[in-house]
Amino acid sequence: MITARQISKYYGKVTALDSVSFSIEAGETLALWGANGAGKTTAIRCLLGVHSFEGSLIVDSIDVQKNGKAARKKIGYVPQEMAFFDMSVYDTLQFYARLKKVKETEIASALETVQLVGHNDKAVSALSGGMKQRLALAIALLANPPILLLDEPTASLDAEAQREFVQLIRDLNQAGKTIIFSSHRFEEVAALAQRVLVLEGGKLKTLCTPEELASELGLHQWLRVVIADAHRENARELLQNQGYQHIPNGTAIFVNIETNSKMDILRLFENVQIPVVDFDVTDAYALPQGGAS
Amino acid sequence: MDLQKIQTIASKELRDALKNRWFILFTLAFAGLSLALSALSQPSGTQLELASYSKTAASLINLVLLFIPLIGLTLGTSGLASDRETGALAYLLAQPVNHAEVLLGKYIGMAVALIASLILGFGVSGLALSMQGQSGDFAGYLFTVMLACLLALAMLSVGFLLAVIIKKTSTALTGGLFTWLLLVFVGDLGIMGAAIVTEMPIQTIFWLSSINPLQMFKMASILNIQANLEVLGPVGMYATEQYGAALLPFLLLGLLLWIVIPMGIALSIFSQRNLITLKRRPA
Repeated sequence: MITARQISKYYGKVTALDSVSFSIEAGETLALWGANGAGKTTAIRCLLGVHSFEGSLIVDSIDVQKNGKAARKKIGYVPQEMAFFDMSVYDTLQFYARLKKVKETEIASALETVQLVGHNDKAVSALSGGMKQRLALAIALLANPPILLLDEPTASLDAEAQREFVQLIRDLNQAGKTIIFSSHRFEEVAALAQRVLVLEGGKLKTLCTPEELASELGLHQWLRVVIADAHRENARELLQNQGYQHIPNGTAIFVNIETNSKMDILRLFENVQIPVVDFDVTDAYALPQGGAS
Repeated sequence: MDLQKIQTIASKELRDALKNRWFILFTLAFAGLSLALSALSQPSGTQLELASYSKTAASLINLVLLFIPLIGLTLGTSGLASDRETGALAYLLAQPVNHAEVLLGKYIGMAVALIASLILGFGVSGLALSMQGQSGDFAGYLFTVMLACLLALAMLSVGFLLAVIIKKTSTALTGGLFTWLLLVFVGDLGIMGAAIVTEMPIQTIFWLSSINPLQMFKMASILNIQANLEVLGPVGMYATEQYGAALLPFLLLGLLLWIVIPMGIALSIFSQRNLITLKRRPA
């Protein structure tokens, strides 16, 4: 779907991207990962064809350098910072629908997809951050493009809105969209991406899975295990003895584990015949509420 | 170039301009002042009656010279620069449109709003005159309106050029106001001062004046009303004698170039893709 060969971008003497090559298959979700200044935004600008660059970038058989406008038809873009004109939700969608030469009947469908039905007459300025993000996604989906390009899509959202938005993107990916997004938040990368393009100082450091990235970053997940009352103290003692950081939380215990090592804990309990009632791995790579042991 | 996309952007700009408080205020002020001027231009007598089309057109020249460059320059600079500053322009350019479609769409939308405002201002006076049963050179009055529209478009082009060159809205607006001062006051007085100090030849004074689109408008408007530029003194007499019937087409061409050249340069600079950056949250 997308092939980038030796993409380089210079701002004067500053090298923003240095011979970056990658390819993305149709239906894949790729995360752009890196610190500020790593080249994520420059890569997005190049993909959109709004910046000139060296190298070759083909989006759905279209050369971005030669025909940026045609390439942008294939991409639905959601910016990090929402910058809409002073219009109502419906007028905004109508304006972008006309620019994309999409029938106005598609507006209702886009609003439904992003769950913004009933907000037509609201001024865009009156929308919450999450709703603005959904509006940008509705605009991106208007022409039913095969590719969605999202720049730090949940950076300015609260936790609830972040979860909802991530679920929305996941649904769109399952519906067949190719998704590229930049992010600072590993839980978002872990929840959405199949591969991660790690940029550092404008160079491609590695192209890996989220699990490999977590391992490289030394990140941990939280395994939530539900243990019957009678065995909970024994379970905690066992975890303590084995050196696992853990937090009791009601009927459950949160255990800090390395990525994809949940079976180690489950086997540990099985070996000493502590029955596990239920378990799941949290998407969040953050410490749950409460004190750690 | 996709005309439908240009039209979509132009329609949005027109709606925006018609919602703009400053623009509405300008339109009302211009209409009120033009009506007042047409009343004040009455020949004599105590009874208030409106002047003829020619006299009203002559009175409106000074009003146009002061007002139109100001609104054209500020509308051009603020409209584009503020969209760039908020990030709305970058978001628009991330859609399947090209830079020229966006810039032309914005220009056409603002130009239509500006011309509508001018026509309203001149129209109020024209209507009042016709209701008073004034006869006279109605075609000449319309020609003055057309010249004012050309001047407005020229100033809008200059405003766009400033907005493309200067990134910050406040700096672009300051640039617009400085250009207005330069064209309205400093240019005129500067040439007069330089002419006195350096004993400048009359043809040089004429050519230097002709660079200024405001002077072009003034000369063309006077020529339209009284067929010569004697009212402008020796320079006017020189121009009338030297260029005769070619003077008006020359001035019209000059005004057209003031529309095309700044907008052409603005388009060329704006089309350099690296100029617009996508809006990002501060790190």
